[in-house]
Amino acid sequence: MIAGAEHSTHAVAGSSTHASPFRAHHFETAEQQSAAARLGMWLFLVTEILFFGGLFVAYAVFRTLHPDVFVNSAALLDTTLGGINTVVLLFSSLTMAWAVRCSQLGQQRGLVLCLSLTIAAATLFLCVKGIEYYHKIEEGHLWVSQYGDATDLGTFNREGTFFSVYFAMTGLHAIHIIAGIGAITWLLVRSLRGHFSPQYYTPVDVVGLYWHLVDLVWIFLFPLLYLVG
Amino acid sequence: MSVTIPSSTRIPDRVWPDQNQGAPDYLRNSRGIMSWIYTLDHKRIGVMYLCGILASFLLGGIMAILVRTELLTPGPTVMTADTYNHMFTLHGAIMTFLFIIPSIPAALGNFILPMMLGAKDVAFPRMNLASWYLWVFGAVFLIGSMALNGLDTGWTFYTPYSTTTNSSVIAATLGVFILGFSSIFTGINFIATVHTMRPKGMTWFRMPLFLWSLYSTAIIQVLATPVLGITLLLLIAERALGIGVFDPELGGDPVLYQHFFWFYSHPAVYIMILPAMGLISELISTFSRTPIFGYRFMCYSAVAIAFLGFLVWGHHMFTSESPMAAVIFSALTFSVSIPSGIKIFNWLATLYRGSISLTTPMCFALSFMLLFTIGGLTGLFLGALATDIHLHDTYFVVAHFHYVMMGGTLMAFLGGLFYWWPKLFGKMYSEFWGRISCFIIFVGFNWTFFPQFLLGYQGMPRRYFNYEEKYQFLHVTSSTGAFFMGIGLFISAGVLIHSLLKGRRAPDNPWGAATLEWQTSSPPPLHNFTDDPIVTEPYAVAEFELEPDTGNYIRTEEAQPRNQLVETSP
Repeated sequence: MIAGAEHSTHAVAGSSTHASPFRAHHFETAEQQSAAARLGMWLFLVTEILFFGGLFVAYAVFRTLHPDVFVNSAALLDTTLGGINTVVLLFSSLTMAWAVRCSQLGQQRGLVLCLSLTIAAATLFLCVKGIEYYHKIEEGHLWVSQYGDATDLGTFNREGTFFSVYFAMTGLHAIHIIAGIGAITWLLVRSLRGHFSPQYYTPVDVVGLYWHLVDLVWIFLFPLLYLVG
Repeated sequence: MSVTIPSSTRIPDRVWPDQNQGAPDYLRNSRGIMSWIYTLDHKRIGVMYLCGILASFLLGGIMAILVRTELLTPGPTVMTADTYNHMFTLHGAIMTFLFIIPSIPAALGNFILPMMLGAKDVAFPRMNLASWYLWVFGAVFLIGSMALNGLDTGWTFYTPYSTTTNSSVIAATLGVFILGFSSIFTGINFIATVHTMRPKGMTWFRMPLFLWSLYSTAIIQVLATPVLGITLLLLIAERALGIGVFDPELGGDPVLYQHFFWFYSHPAVYIMILPAMGLISELISTFSRTPIFGYRFMCYSAVAIAFLGFLVWGHHMFTSESPMAAVIFSALTFSVSIPSGIKIFNWLATLYRGSISLTTPMCFALSFMLLFTIGGLTGLFLGALATDIHLHDTYFVVAHFHYVMMGGTLMAFLGGLFYWWPKLFGKMYSEFWGRISCFIIFVGFNWTFFPQFLLGYQGMPRRYFNYEEKYQFLHVTSSTGAFFMGIGLFISAGVLIHSLLKGRRAPDNPWGAATLEWQTSSPPPLHNFTDDPIVTEPYAVAEFELEPDTGNYIRTEEAQPRNQLVETSP
C-alpha cells in the first residue's frame, strides 16, 4: 500500500494547489511549508523560554536567599512607569494579533496600520524603559559592582544584587523588543509590497508568535520586579 | 532469512550506474567558490561542516599530543606551566564545542538526514547555512582567544577563576555562545524536518535508528543549549561589568554557575553520544546482514536517554552540593544505564548469528561497542557517591570520559565517515589500510587511556603540570600510546585522501543497506532522488543482493512489492 513507485508527487514541482511565488522548492505544498515554519517558530520560542529561564532561576535563588533585600529594593522601582509599559505592551500584542487577522483576511490597509501601531507601541515601551534606566543611573541604583559609591572589592551593597538581576532581565528583554521591532519592520516592508495574502501569511503569523512571547516575558517580569512585597 | 534470486530477475532500471540519468551530482552541478559560499544544499553544507570539524579535530589533536609530550617527565618538559594550562583548556574547548558536538549531527547528519528520510532538503535551508556560518564565527572567536591572551580556565569556565584570570575568557565564551546558536539552529531544523518533511510511507516506526537518535539529539540541543547561552552571557556580564551573580566577592554564587553550566553540559554529553549510538545501529545491522534486534526498544531508549539526560547534571557536583542532593542525583544517574544497557545488548543480539563482514566501518563499530562499554561501566564508579569522593578530579575521570567521548563518539564518527564516504564523494577506499588504521587507533586508544584509569585510581589529579615520580611509568605509557594512536589517525586520513584522488568509483549501494540514502546515486544528484525512493522497513537488508560484477547491491524482484513491515525470524 505504500509503494513509492505509485506516487511521483515527491519530485514534481508545482503540484501544489496553491502555487505561491514564496514556496521553496523542497516543499511539496504551501501547507507543508507553513506547518514547518510554525513548528520551527514554536521550537525557537521554547529555546527563548529556557534562555530567560536561567535568569528566572537566578532570580529565585537570590530572592530565596535574601527576601528582605528584594522587598526593599523593589520599592525603589517606579511602579507607575512600569505599569504604563505593561499597558503599552499589552496594546501592542492586541495590534499584532489584529495584524495576523488582517493578513488572513487579505485586508491590506488594516495590516499596514496594525503593524505600524505595533512598532510605535514597541518604540514607546523602549522610550519609557530608557527614562527608567536614566533615573536609576542618576540615583546610582546600578548592578552590584557599580551600586551607590561602595565599589571596593570585598564590600558590596546587597541591594545591588537585586539591581543586577533587574538590569539583566529587563536588558535582555529590551534586546528582544529591539529584535521584534526589526522583524515587524521587515513585515511592514513586505506588506507594503503586497507580499501577503490569505494564501500566504506565514511570516506575519510566526513573527506574531514571537511578539506574544516577548510580551508574555514582560507579564512575568513586571510583578516579579516591581510588585514585590 | 536469506533470499536467493536468480540473476535474471534483477530490476534493470535500478542497476548502477544508470540511476542518475545523466544529471550531474551535487558536487558538480554548479561550479566556483561562490556556488559553495551561497549554497543552500544540505549536502554541500554537510561537506563544509565536515571540512571545518576535521580541521578542528586536527588542531585539538595537536594540542593533545603537546599535552601528552609535556607529561613525559615529572617536571617541566617542553613548555611552561602557563602554556600547559592554555593547551589542555583549548584542547578540551576545541574538541568539545568545535568537534564532538557538531561532528555527527552537523556534518554527517546534515548530509544524511534528508536523504535517509526521503526528503529533498532540510526544512529551513537558509537557517542551515546560517548555522554553518555561525559555527565559523564561533570558531574564529574561540580559536582567536588563543591569539589574544589564551585561555586557561579549563573548558568548563568555572567561576570565580574565570572572572579573575587575565586570559581571554570573554572572547572564548562569546565564541561558545555563538556556537550554541549554531547548534540550536541545527536542532530546530532537524526536528522540523523530521516532523513535517517525511514522505508518504515513512512513518515514525519506519525511520532508521540514526534518524531517531538525531531527533532525540535535536530535542536536547533545543532544550539545553539556551541555558548555556544565558549562563555564558551572565559570565561575560560578570567579567565585563561585575554584576555579582557568580562572583562571591560581589555576593554571587559560584555553585549556581556550576548548576547552570552542567544543566547544559551534562545533556550535552548525550548530544555527543546519542548520534553515535544511532549510527552504530546502522553499521551493526548492515554489516551483520540482519535487521536490528528490538527496533522499537532502540527508538524508545534513544528518547529515554534524551529525557533522563536532563535529570542528572548534579552528579558533576557531588563534592560541592548538599549530601541529600548528591544522593538523589546519584540514584538518577544510575537510571541512565538502563537505556544504554538496552542498546548494548540489542547490538549484541543483532550480531548473534548474523553474517558479519569486517569492513572498515564495522571494525570501528565493534571498537565502539567495546570502548563504550568500558566507558559506561567506569561511569558507574563515578556515579556511586563513595567511590566518586575518591576518584573525583583524578585521571580516572579523564580516562572515563575519553572512553565515552573518544572511544565512543570518535570511533562512531570515523565508522560513519567510512560508511558514508562512498555516498559523500562517490569513491571507494582501500579496505586493507582502512582496517589497519582502525586497528592502530583501537590499540593506541587503549594504550593511551587505560593507564589513566590506573593513574586516577592511584590518586593522580587531573590537569596537573608536574607530578610525583611514582606516576611517571604510567604517564610515559599513556603518552606513547597517544603517539601511536596519532599514527593510526594519520593513516585513516591518508586512506580517505587517497580514495579521493585514486579511489575506484563507488556503486550506489556498496554495503547492501536498506535505508533510503543508498537508493540514490553515489554521489547523489542536487535534489537527492531522481525517482521517489521506495520506503520499506529500514533494516530489510535481506532484500538486497550483491551483484558481483559491479560490487553494487540491488533489491531483489521478489522483495520489490514488499511494503509491509517485515516480520523477521532468523
